[in-house]
Order: sequence, then structure tokens, then C-alpha cells
Amino acid sequence: MKNPIAERITDFLKNYPPFSSLTYQSLLEIAKACHVLYLEKNQTLFKINDTTHAFFYVVASGAIGLSVTSDADDILIDKCDEGDILGLRPFFAKNNYLMTAKAREESIVYAIPIENFKPFVAANSEVLNFLLESFASNTRNPYDKHHKGKLVSENVIYNDQSSEIQYYQPIKYTSNPITASPTDIVKFVAQTMASSKIGSMIIHENNKPIGIVTDKDLRSKIATGLFSIDVTIDKIMSSPVITVADNLSIAEAQIMMLKHNVSHLCVTLDGTNDSEITGIITEHDIVVAQANNPGVLLKQSKRAQKSADLKEIREKLTDLIQHSLDKNVPISHITSIIGEINLAITKRAIELAIDKMDAPPPAQFAWMNMGSQGRKEQLLLTDQDNAIVFEDVPEEKYDAVKQYFLELAEKVTRTLNKVGYEFCPAQMMANNPLWCKSVTDWQQQFKGWINAPGEKGILMCTIFFDYDFVYGNEDLVDAISHTIHEETHDNQLFFAYLGADALKNPPPLGFFRQFLVESDGEHKDTFDLKGRALMPLIDAARILSLSKGIKNVANTISRYSKLAELEPQNAPVYEACADAFAELLKFRTEEGLKNESDGRYLNLSELSKLDKVKLKNDFQPINDIQEVIKNRFQLTYFT
Amino acid sequence: MKFNWFKKIIKDYPKFWETYLSYFDENQSKDKRYVVFDCETTGLDSETDRILSIGAVAIQNNQIIVGDFMEVFLQQDIFKPESVPIHGILKEGKEEKIVEAEAVIRFLDFVKDATLVGHHVAFDIEMINQALDRLEVGRLKNQVMDTDVMYQKLKYLPEEQHASLDELCDIYKIKKSDRHTASGDAFITAILFLKMKKQLMI
Repeated sequence: MKNPIAERITDFLKNYPPFSSLTYQSLLEIAKACHVLYLEKNQTLFKINDTTHAFFYVVASGAIGLSVTSDADDILIDKCDEGDILGLRPFFAKNNYLMTAKAREESIVYAIPIENFKPFVAANSEVLNFLLESFASNTRNPYDKHHKGKLVSENVIYNDQSSEIQYYQPIKYTSNPITASPTDIVKFVAQTMASSKIGSMIIHENNKPIGIVTDKDLRSKIATGLFSIDVTIDKIMSSPVITVADNLSIAEAQIMMLKHNVSHLCVTLDGTNDSEITGIITEHDIVVAQANNPGVLLKQSKRAQKSADLKEIREKLTDLIQHSLDKNVPISHITSIIGEINLAITKRAIELAIDKMDAPPPAQFAWMNMGSQGRKEQLLLTDQDNAIVFEDVPEEKYDAVKQYFLELAEKVTRTLNKVGYEFCPAQMMANNPLWCKSVTDWQQQFKGWINAPGEKGILMCTIFFDYDFVYGNEDLVDAISHTIHEETHDNQLFFAYLGADALKNPPPLGFFRQFLVESDGEHKDTFDLKGRALMPLIDAARILSLSKGIKNVANTISRYSKLAELEPQNAPVYEACADAFAELLKFRTEEGLKNESDGRYLNLSELSKLDKVKLKNDFQPINDIQEVIKNRFQLTYFT
Repeated sequence: MKFNWFKKIIKDYPKFWETYLSYFDENQSKDKRYVVFDCETTGLDSETDRILSIGAVAIQNNQIIVGDFMEVFLQQDIFKPESVPIHGILKEGKEEKIVEAEAVIRFLDFVKDATLVGHHVAFDIEMINQALDRLEVGRLKNQVMDTDVMYQKLKYLPEEQHASLDELCDIYKIKKSDRHTASGDAFITAILFLKMKKQLMI
């Protein structure tokens, strides 16, 4: 009997390895035996230590996350998308699953009985190799060198790119280190250390470690005059040296160091003092091993040589955001760390661009980020908004100087675009002549916007008031801040305009507490999370902190906490706003990461009831803060 | 000894019908089985129109069992050219065709005592019942669930507000390939059923 459902599944499978190596007829046989599963978001397919199923699984739609548990935390190791295979473990091993597979979104999964698939594996060497290789290698698809694979091994082998999990990887260390014998003279040992650029040296006797000399020993025992420079090294070495066996994980190495309060570990053949030295592990090795550690990413961006390097860092950053969200790190911590790294990437992009210019900058300048970048709330890759301010130059040089900075900005924005930050559709970038000006011009510009506010001026203000100094001479930016502060101080008309603007965004909930969705256009029937929920909070924070004269704070959460400090009587409202903002931003980020979009529009039918209740609770502070603005700036009279 | 009033009547039924009825005698099997099915028909009048094809697939343990599947195409006495564009089944199409009696017998043998699931299932049930009537046996005894009614329950919709299979596919993001073949519709309905079953926590 024909089975069109099986045919349909066959048509799907044949596109993905290893099924692509099988004939249509064999695939049809396999498809006929398979089951189709539907998994709700967060539903578990199998858990660590579950006995293995009689099936392995292919994701037909949706996404399944693979995670391991350590210290009661789920650590995401890999995400399987359409066509990815998981749950291969029973093919090769009899013991239980080593990972947990959980749906990260609604998913449909084909379950293929292993009994039915085995004969094909045995008969087809290509299929067997594919499964074996992927089981043994780190990459998901051994055919693909760039980790874009279609197969997920069930072995506990970690992808290079996942961060926390690297703690459990074996650490890389220096093998065959330079050593000295106990009778060597301090001076010569120090010279060897200096010329080899190392900070420590193991002292051995018959190839067995008896002690170690580090920079610290030289500093505390020689430089202080405690010992003379020509004594033998055994007088000043630290002993015994802490020894470990090969194959130590990063976490273990770190724990050993902390436990013994040392910064170096000596690797020996069997891990004891009484065997041959094979290597040395230093604190530096541990730092290097944690590639996705924010600090290391920051360092890497400082050293990046081309836009491709920066792009790689930005990609790792996305992983870092995902991991942090999975581990429930507070969103304010995530934003500040990510903000710093984004900043470092932009800085480096500017430095690289300056190197490429024919001449050094002809005048002092400063690069500013604006909008979400300026507020350091950019978790997803959204577009770039930036501007340049340069110091006042004599009129005859003005054009040449401006030309230089425009060219520079052109290079920088292009690099940033390659890294993944889209060009601003409204051209609000430093390579636009309007956004590349001298200090005086900028001051005039802001005075104009503030004293003759109109629709356009107010829009510009909302973007430009959220600037953040990135690179160059900060005094130039401070000068502008000062002007803004002076001009806005007690400027009732301006605040009335800005206040009206802050209230113009439509409220998120209707009279019956239902979500108000977009009524037309491309995003019909979706909920505009940015426009209706995030923007009102951002706008409110901006106007209130401007009116309070808070300078140099652009981040929305920081603005609210600053406001709460200055106005204790309104603190509950401000704190509620900060919390709601963090929650909503997290929502948007998760949505964006899931759909690889900017997460602005939410599809309400995909939300669980719990999510909807959470969202609605987060909307309450919006009403409260808008009420505060209405009263404070007396907008009821104005509009 | 108890006297069985109905024994004589039951004896008059053909073998397949007795077998079918016998499935309901035993207690519920431990893994409840659902059969999602769909009939393509010559039209929407259950009296005069006839079944063109039946597609059905089983669900057990919240899994669609692809191998537990049936599809039959029926020989036609009545043929309406105007419905061909919808279902694509020609009178002399290439599929192997069997007579209605054979199809219905196979269907009963396939569904056994499973709960029948379908979209606007009442019509499909009625079509099968009409065919059973022509064989002079009783009507289907299976429990029935309708995905449209499930959706109404889920959204607290009034009874008179109906949603089409296409609409529900859009809402639940189900790919709509193979629409309007009996087995294609059965598969789509099965996925829809799994999703809503979970939401209704049945």
C-alpha cells in the first residue's frame, strides 16, 4: 500500500545527511516505521540518565536544545534545528543518555526506530562513517569544517564555541617546559627566564620536580636583598611544587590553584612529585582557555586585526548572551557587559580605520554612539546610530577637516556593517555630513532643537540625548552635554514638547486589558513590543533625567535607579519601571535570538499564558510613569 | 443461565461486523489509540454523494505512528466532474481502486475501537455510516473527537463559530502541502490534534 505520509517524510529526510546517502526506496522504508512527535516549548524529549529510547530523532521543525546539568544549572551545549539529528547514543553505547533534550520552541520531531535504521547503517559505509565521525568529533557535521553541521553527537563532547562548558574541557598547557637544576645560580636562571619570556621555572632533580621559582620569588627574595644574586637557586625556590596528572580540566586546574594558593601547577607523568615532568600549567593558560569569558572577548577585540576578527567576537557575544539568558543572569548585568564589549568592538573598528587612513586625524575628535547603542541596551544586532564631533578649527581648514572625518566614518561604518550592525536606514551615521560636525556647530544644532522644538527637532533630541562617548577626546562630548544642560534647565516649553512626545506611543493594553495589536501593514496582528512597551519606558526615563539634570547616564535602567535616588518619594514607581524594562528587554532579546530577528514584533498566538500574564504585569508601570510625566510637565494644559 | 435477547439478531450480521463489534467488548486497552481520518467525497450531500478515498493514521502515546496507516481509493458509480479540481481524483485515475464495501470493511478493521478524530468529523462519520447502511449493518460505535470543536473549547468560541482546517493550519503554523488528499489532510489534522490535545491537557 502506498503511504503518502511516509513519502512526505522521505522527501524531508533526503535533504539531510546521512539520509542523503540512502536510496529513496530505503528511506521510504525507514519513514514508514517512524513516529511523529509534537513537543511544546520546554517539553523534555529525554533527560540525562534516562534509559535510552528505541528511537533516534530528527528535528522536522522548531528547535531542540541539548544541555548538561552541572551544579543544578542547565548548560546549553547545542541547539538542533530543522534537519539536525539527536539522540544517537543508543547506536553506540548501552548506557543512559548523557544530555537532556528539551524543546526550545514548539517542535515537530520524527522518531526513527533504531532497529529499522541499523541494517542501513551496516549496509552503507557512508552512513556508518558519518555517524561514527560525528559521534567522535566535536563538530556536528564532519563533512563541514565550519561547525554548521546537521548532526549532533550524544557523546559529551563540547562544541568549541560554547562557553561554560569549556570549564570541563582538558586544559591546554606548555609541555616540555624549560627547567633548571638546584645548583644553578639565580642570576643565570633569571636571565634564562627573561630571554624566554616566562614567569616561572621548575627546578628538577633527575627530571623530577623538587621546586619552582617564579617572578614572585625573585621579587620577594632577591630584589629585597634577602639573598644575593649569585646564590644557588635551591635557596630561593618554593618547595614542594604542586603536581597534577595530565588531562586536567580547566575547572580542576583552577580549583587546585585556589586550594593551594599558587599560580603554577607542574604536570608529571603520574601526577605525583615522584615522576617525570611533562609540562606546566599557569594562570594564563586558564584565562586563555575561557574563550567566551567576557573579559577575554574584551581583550580579543582590542587585539583584532581585521573586520573578520571583530565579526567572530560579535558572534561569540551572541552565544554569551544566549548562555547568560539561559542561566538567568540579571538583564542589567548582561546589558552592561555586552555594552562594554560592543563598545570595545566599535573602538577597535575606529582604530583600524585610522590606521588605514593616509594621515593621522587633523584635529581632536570624539566618536559617539546614539540610540540603543548609546544607551548600551543593544543585545541583538540592530542598526548603528553614531556621530562625530571634532574640535573647532579655523574656517579655511574646516572643509578639509570635515572631509577627513567623513571618510574615516565611511570606513568605520562599513567595518561595523561587516561585523553585523546594519546601516541605519535613516542615515543617522557619522558618514552623513549632518552628523559629523565641529563642537560649536553641534552646540548650535542642539540649541536650535531645544529652543525651537518641532516634530523633527524632538525626534532628533530623543536620538541624540542618548549618546555615549566611544572614542577620542571626551572633553568635546562633555562640552555638548554642558550646553544641553544649560539650555534645557527650566525650559518649560521644551519639556512640554518632549513630554508630549513621550506620551505619543500607543498604550499596550486596551480597555479590557487585551493586547493591542498592529492593525495593518506587514506586521498585522502582531504586538509591537518596542513601540508599545519599551519606547514609552525609554522616553520617560530620558525626559525625567533631563529635567533633573542627570548627566552622562544614558542607560534606561541606570537612569531609573538614579531618579529613584534623587526622588525617594517616587522611588517605587521608578524601580517598578526599571524592573519592567529589564523584563521586557529580556523578552525581546529571547524573541530575537529565537527568530534571528530584531525581536520587535511578538506573535501573540505563540506566547504561553504565563508569558502573557508576565507581559501584562510589566505594562502596569508604563501607565504609572506616564501619569507622572503628565502631571509634572502639566501636559494636560498643553495638549 | 441468562437469556440473551439479542443473540439471534447479532448472528445475522456478516463476519466483519461481528469482529468490529467484538473490539468494543474488551476493556479499554492500556495505550489509548486514536485514529485521525479524512474522507474525500464527490460532494457535500451525505445522501447522494459518495466517498472517493479514505486516509487514516493512528496516534498512540502522543506520537503519530506513520506505519499504522491506511489509504484506499474507491471505485465510483457516481462521478461528479465538478469536484475533480478540488480533490484531484479522476474516475479512471492511476490509483488502484476497490469497491465501497471492501473499503469500509478495511476501514473498520483498521480503526477497531480507537477514538476517531477529524476536522468537521461529523460529515465524514456520516459518509461512512451511509456506506455501512448500504451494507445493512449498524452505525459506527467509536468515540469521536472533532478538531474544530476542540479549537472552540480552547478559545471559548461560541458553537456556531467554525474554523476551517486551513485557518487552523495558519494559526498553528502547520505546513499545508498535500492539502485535499485524504491522507494529506489526515496527517495535517493529526499534527493539529497533537498540538491542541496538549493544550487542552487531554
